[in-house]
Amino acid sequence: MIAPSLVIGASVGYLLVLFAVAAFGDARAARGRSLIGSSWIYALSLAVYCTAWTYFGSVGRAAASGVWFLPIYIGPTLAMLLGWIVVRKMIRIAQTYRITSIADFIASRYGKSPLLAALVTLITVIGIVPYIALQLKAVSAGYHLLTSGPDLVEGPQVGWWRDGVLFVSLALAAFTMMFGTRHLDSAERHEGMVAAVAFESVVKLVAFLAVGAFVTWGLFDGMGDIWARAQAFPELRGLLRLGGEEGATAFGFADWFALTVLAMLSVLLLPRQFQMMVVECVDERHLLRAAWVFPAYLLLINIFVLPIAIGGAVLFGPGRMDPETFVLSLPLAHGAPWLALFAYLGGLSAATGMLIVETVAIATMVCNDLVMPALLRRRGFGVRAQGDLTGLLLNIRRAAIVGVLILGYLYFRIAGDAYALVSIGLISFAAVAQFAPALLVGMYWRGGTRIGALGGLLGGFALWTYTLMLPSVAKCGWMPAGFVEYGPLGFGLLAPERLFGLVGLDSLTQSLFWSLLVNVTLYVGLSLWRRPDAREASQGLLFVEVFERAQPATGGAPVFWRGRARLEDLTALAARLLGPSRAKALFEEHARETGVGSVARLVPDARLVDRVERQIAGAVGSASARVMIASAVQEEPLAIDDVLEILEEASQLRGYARALEEKSTSLEQATAELRAANEQLKSLDHLKDDFVSSVTHELRTPLTSIRALSELMLDAPEMGAPERERFLRIVVSESERLSRLVNQVLDLARIESGHAEWRSAEVDMRALIESAVQTTSELFRERGAEVRLVLADDVPVIRADPDRLTQVMVNLLSNAAKFVPATCGRVDVALRRDGDGLVVEVRDNGPGVPPGDHERIFEKFRQGGDAQSRPSGTGLGLPISRQIIDHFGGRMWLEQGPDGDPCFAFRLPFATPGTP
Amino acid sequence: MSVKILIADDEANIVVTLEFMMKREGYEVLVARDGVEALATIRRERPRLVLLDGMMPGMTGFDVCAAVRADADIRDTRIVMLTAKGRETDLARGAGVGVDAYVTKPFSTRDLVAKVREMLG
Amino acid sequence: MRPRRASRGPSAQVLVALWGAGLVLFNFPMLIVFDRDVTVLGLPLLPVALFGNWALLIGALAWALERGPARRRGSEPPPSNPVPPAPPGAP
Repeated sequence: MIAPSLVIGASVGYLLVLFAVAAFGDARAARGRSLIGSSWIYALSLAVYCTAWTYFGSVGRAAASGVWFLPIYIGPTLAMLLGWIVVRKMIRIAQTYRITSIADFIASRYGKSPLLAALVTLITVIGIVPYIALQLKAVSAGYHLLTSGPDLVEGPQVGWWRDGVLFVSLALAAFTMMFGTRHLDSAERHEGMVAAVAFESVVKLVAFLAVGAFVTWGLFDGMGDIWARAQAFPELRGLLRLGGEEGATAFGFADWFALTVLAMLSVLLLPRQFQMMVVECVDERHLLRAAWVFPAYLLLINIFVLPIAIGGAVLFGPGRMDPETFVLSLPLAHGAPWLALFAYLGGLSAATGMLIVETVAIATMVCNDLVMPALLRRRGFGVRAQGDLTGLLLNIRRAAIVGVLILGYLYFRIAGDAYALVSIGLISFAAVAQFAPALLVGMYWRGGTRIGALGGLLGGFALWTYTLMLPSVAKCGWMPAGFVEYGPLGFGLLAPERLFGLVGLDSLTQSLFWSLLVNVTLYVGLSLWRRPDAREASQGLLFVEVFERAQPATGGAPVFWRGRARLEDLTALAARLLGPSRAKALFEEHARETGVGSVARLVPDARLVDRVERQIAGAVGSASARVMIASAVQEEPLAIDDVLEILEEASQLRGYARALEEKSTSLEQATAELRAANEQLKSLDHLKDDFVSSVTHELRTPLTSIRALSELMLDAPEMGAPERERFLRIVVSESERLSRLVNQVLDLARIESGHAEWRSAEVDMRALIESAVQTTSELFRERGAEVRLVLADDVPVIRADPDRLTQVMVNLLSNAAKFVPATCGRVDVALRRDGDGLVVEVRDNGPGVPPGDHERIFEKFRQGGDAQSRPSGTGLGLPISRQIIDHFGGRMWLEQGPDGDPCFAFRLPFATPGTP
Repeated sequence: MSVKILIADDEANIVVTLEFMMKREGYEVLVARDGVEALATIRRERPRLVLLDGMMPGMTGFDVCAAVRADADIRDTRIVMLTAKGRETDLARGAGVGVDAYVTKPFSTRDLVAKVREMLG
Repeated sequence: MRPRRASRGPSAQVLVALWGAGLVLFNFPMLIVFDRDVTVLGLPLLPVALFGNWALLIGALAWALERGPARRRGSEPPPSNPVPPAPPGAP
């Protein structure tokens, strides 16, 4: 046993920590460094699914019926398998159309029907209040167990004014108001709350695992030991077989399946799950991780359920102690009060997490879908009235939070003792499961209508009330129990738990079957009976095709609105519901996006009206927003033809957009091509300029000497004969240089422009080389250089232009002759076969060329050597030679021999393309 | 003592021509075959005037001119730029680095001699 | 689901297939297969099989979701994982 003051102190301390976490989360969000921008936080926040029910009820159920606690967790796993498909669509729809609650979602889908929104809200409140009571019951029972000891499970009834549970409820209400209704956000996001819930998910998991580990390895010697010792009890032996002692045929497969499906739907449809999974989702890609981390969390928190349940039964003796309290009573009874306290805090956190999120979600619905429509209908509160409504909205929500918690407390006080934890929870599950046809089918079937949804919900809810709610009320003793046993007025066929004589199912499965059957039948039947009106059809389209229609690239979703609006009315309405600053920001943003300079110049067209309506919908729900917009502007009634027309326009617009996109792509491509061509032209132009400039320079240089020397000789008749002769020699040699240059420039121009004449003849390369060496022998003799030939015999005759090849050889040889040293000059000429071609090498022992210049040497006017040693070359010989070799499909290069000697070489294929 | 003139050109025949002309005018002639050598000779011999070829390998005539103008000791050297590229951009470049006169190849011997005489006078 | 969006994110077919597998694994008549008087490492087969299949399904889902190309764009912080991936195990 633990002193009450300690338990209360620890609980208060825990709530303060929670408060700090939430405050930190909000502070971070305010500074723009969001804490919840992580898929891990998102996944943990989904674990709000695990409530006190998981904490205490699962163990109870496991001790009583073995694996039956599992469908409640396998169902969500199955739902999450489709999470990326279904939940992502819900998120996309909710974020596109600013939907902030499940009532809003359904109402918006069916033409923003206020009636539907109110109905969904009512069903939710009635269905969820017992669930809230269940949390309070768990907190209360745990408290009494910790403080009074395991023998006294039920706390003594005390007056409500002394009841700690009431104060817990009120404290939670304060907490929830603090973080759930801090400000009016059109996205209805509460970062601090999400951070707190994620934190709670960690606490409850760790606490439960700690208890599990304590039981399994502290009190027993592992899981196998628990099971081995359980064999001593006949009640436990058959616990982990289907159908217990009676064999698998006695197993309620239908009940099992129904429970799985129920859990699968609930994880999508419970208000708190919708709030966390859809409304608070900051990035739909977080689903990629959350969809598997959340089931993994569920698996982890369930791993020790069976060990605790069976271990507790073994230690206390089967049936001697309420198994729902094992999590607390086992550590308490075995000398670990601190662990028990920790486990209690875990359970408390499971309960508070659920209570906070559930009440925020329900408060939003009550405010937007019950209270606001009623207020709007009242005189004097008309939509044309003035005044900022944001404060009023927040106060309504605060009141709703307190109201929901008080309702839960009352239910707990009145009916809390009649039911086990699990049964209460399942009643709520079955209630929200009624939303499944309208919401889930409506997301994929455009044909669903408002009347169908209304009929389905009403029918399903009626059946739920009759087959599940009324019997539970009767079992509390408020109604004659005979009604459940024998049916109303003795009509056995109408007995609520055996409707129409359906036996063999448990009451939950039976109720689920009938209610969902009626629900789906009415939904589908009524939808098919009446065609949807224009607004239903347009909303259906926007929901079903949210991925296709609401693409920013195609201008967003089509806007189904016709009419006239005045900018002043819109701004006034937005300011009333969003607050002046947010309204101002909204219009400024719209002005910016549409490219209009200032807000005053905005045109109040359909798109602006739609935008304002969506923002208001975020604050008051889409149904109320619709009513307010409709009364603030002059609308034309929307006919089904208009919907089709608008769709047609939208798809045309989309077509235009696509065509425009294609056009601009091809235009861009053309521009790029033009730019490239221009660049190429420019560089060609530049090359030409360079060439002309170089030619000019090369022509002027010999001309300079010729002119100057001629002038000098003319002016100086007294010049001596030797001097005169020397000058004349220079004139002659420069003239030769000039004519050689002119020839080569012309030659190169002809080759490059393709106008050169090419002869084709049989060429014996050996003979050609020998003759070329013969031609240039005078040069070598002058330089005192030796020429050595190594010519292979096996080189076949090729077809080429012998004159051109001779030109190349002479070029290379005279080039070598220029560069050989004055003494011991040596030139090696080699011819050899190289695969399907021949290679000619001309190597000299002159100065080499730096490796970096091996290619540049083939550029025009790029002569090797320095100024002094540069012979009277034109700088065109090598480029011309290379062009010739290229023409015959070969290539020419310069390489550095192993001893550093330069070696010009070319390779010619035997089959040359230049030959016919 | 006669006036020193430096001839800087990488074309041997042009050097021969210019050398003959300048010697006949009575100047003392120095010869450099590239830009680096020209600059070194200017620093060492302090010629009054340089006939500078614009296109020499390594250091061009423009580089030499810029270096001369940047050096306080030899800044006053007169520079006649000889160039085979008579393009506008070259003229501008020459003016940019502080050339005193600009002569396009091929040149008239009389004009060149007259210009040199005038610049030294 | 939608060919245009299928390239971004996990394959819808794989997810639906896994869902079908889950429905079969956790229902009649598959459960009867695991309902034997046999123990695995001292533990009864039925819960071991339920938890084992569950863990396998989660593992497959994690694989299907996390390998997708949509991951790349995410501003994911490095995994500071308070919930480690579930080890296969059963009471």
